[in-house]
Amino acid sequence: MSSSPASTSTAITVPAGAPAGNGAGPVPAVVVEGLVKRYGELEAVRGIDFTVAAGETFGFLGPNGAGKSTTINMLCTLVDPSGGSARVAGHDVVRERDQVRRNIGLVFQDTTLDSYLTAEENLRLHAELYGMPRGAVAERLRQTMEMVGLWDRRGDLVGTYSGGMKRRLEIARGLLHSPRVLFLDEPTVGLDPQTRSSIWGYISELKRDEDITIFLTTHYMDEAEYCDRIAIMDQGKIVALDTPQALKAGVGKDRVQIQTGDDDAAIAALRERFDIEAVLAEGAVTFGVPAGEEFVPRLFAELGQPIRSVNVSRPSLDDVFMSFTGTTIRDAEASGGSEMRRNMARMMNR
Amino acid sequence: MATETQRQAPTAGAATAPAAPAGSPNGHVARVRVPARSLRSELRAIRVVWRRELIRFSRDRLRILTSLIQPFLFLFVLGTGIGSFASAGTHGVNFKTFIYPGVICMAVMFTAMFSAASIVWDREFGFLREMMVAPVRRSSIVLGKVLGGATVATFQGLIVIAIAGLVEVPYELSLILELFALSLLLAFAITAFGVMFAARINQMQSFMALMQMAIMPMFFLSGAMFSVANLPQWLAVLNRLDPLTYAVEPMRRAVFAHLDISEAARKALDPGVTWFGWRVPTALEAAVIAILGLAMLFVAIWEFSRAE
Repeated sequence: MSSSPASTSTAITVPAGAPAGNGAGPVPAVVVEGLVKRYGELEAVRGIDFTVAAGETFGFLGPNGAGKSTTINMLCTLVDPSGGSARVAGHDVVRERDQVRRNIGLVFQDTTLDSYLTAEENLRLHAELYGMPRGAVAERLRQTMEMVGLWDRRGDLVGTYSGGMKRRLEIARGLLHSPRVLFLDEPTVGLDPQTRSSIWGYISELKRDEDITIFLTTHYMDEAEYCDRIAIMDQGKIVALDTPQALKAGVGKDRVQIQTGDDDAAIAALRERFDIEAVLAEGAVTFGVPAGEEFVPRLFAELGQPIRSVNVSRPSLDDVFMSFTGTTIRDAEASGGSEMRRNMARMMNR
Repeated sequence: MATETQRQAPTAGAATAPAAPAGSPNGHVARVRVPARSLRSELRAIRVVWRRELIRFSRDRLRILTSLIQPFLFLFVLGTGIGSFASAGTHGVNFKTFIYPGVICMAVMFTAMFSAASIVWDREFGFLREMMVAPVRRSSIVLGKVLGGATVATFQGLIVIAIAGLVEVPYELSLILELFALSLLLAFAITAFGVMFAARINQMQSFMALMQMAIMPMFFLSGAMFSVANLPQWLAVLNRLDPLTYAVEPMRRAVFAHLDISEAARKALDPGVTWFGWRVPTALEAAVIAILGLAMLFVAIWEFSRAE
């Protein structure tokens, strides 16, 4: 981790009775030590460590193929680790598989509902599989379905549901047996913006109303902002782990993107006259400088190349991602080109 | 194990973890405690997986209908057509009556296979994952699935049993019960067979191709459409090796026991399966099916327990 300035700590929820205080606290929701997963030659997860406190909303951020899903699959006992250990809700994911399963709720990227059953039948089936006390099912079912706004549609076949409704139903089902940890693997992928924001509405409601830890993966930067803490994962490793605010503050540079008539000449000029390493990212000459606004007049005066447009932005999680991995998350998914990534990393960390 | 109130010192190395937001008490939503695994929870899981099969089957009217078309085609179209020139060899027995036991087996077999195939669908559409991450034994899931498929397939067999009168088979309780019991046994074994394969197959096309390869030879070799008396040696051997033979034969024996026909007809059409000249009794034939079914069930359970 590069830095985590003290100034950002105000943004974090620091409740009374934090575990650090008296050495006693609730069992951490997730404890991962040296976790490794190999598929033959390929090392999908290359030794990661982290702890998620009870009640926290913890996000895994990274491009597709970074190892997020593999990690989540190991944590919910679907995949055996090749090395290291993981405890979820106080139970070992290999040796105490059933205890782990009873204490977690899962919402996967792809739907796992039976579309030939009604919504209520799907949930009742879940209640039976999880051995919920019969008397408690009806009330809990109503609560969770009301929470996601599907109570009125409970008698409809799931096959008639839209993608967003299915995802909401999966969230209700994941919560039905009152898990201590809810795993959401890309909970909003493939949904329209409106549905995405309503899903986040439910998740915030959950944080407020239920005593639950939320562990999610996403490759949407804006969604990672909702998390208490974020682990940035790239190529099987955690490259940064902190609160979104601290991560952003740690970048310390604004991002400047310029459109020019001749990008190569502009990059060369930036190197010569300002000693700045710029790269082409997302179709624009991109570089990082402290105090971007003050730099722009100098840029126009001294670059010696025509500039069509300028865009200066405060550090976002995109920049955080770039500073650790040397690429934007979109470019990482599009190409994975390693040389460009190294250049970018050099640029942002100068 | 109750971890709800368990407290312990934070793990060393957890220094970076911020504290839990304390402002999240048990709000208005009631918590449910999921009890530890027990025999009862396993039975509930078996039952709910079984019931899901029945619900899905009852909703799929088209499937009920289509899975009946084939047996009815064999019985009434093929049976009538071949019967008209096979009558010389049947000693006055209706050819449809002769192939009737084989057609019951066929109805059961195809439905059982389709039920097993639903595991492949479940995998493709993700629902298998919901069952696989549940805190119950995989064996409970597999057993529920096999019993569900067997129930549905037996139901299809019952429909064919119900039309016995149309092919000159008398409605007698003892006969109906025996046919029903044998259908149930066969349905169980074939579903287990299908589930065993479904454990390793991810694509519906592959599963269907494999089923065609397994089912058609089994059906043709079983003697469902011909008498096993006086077969050439190679066919007789294959016939005795075909498990389906041991379902078709006792059904035929049961049907013929209730027919009033000549001794010559009985000898030609219901000679019974022999092992080196010894006529295999019904109980042993049923045992062959049961043991094969159980063996395949265990293989299926083993495969699902081992799969990640």
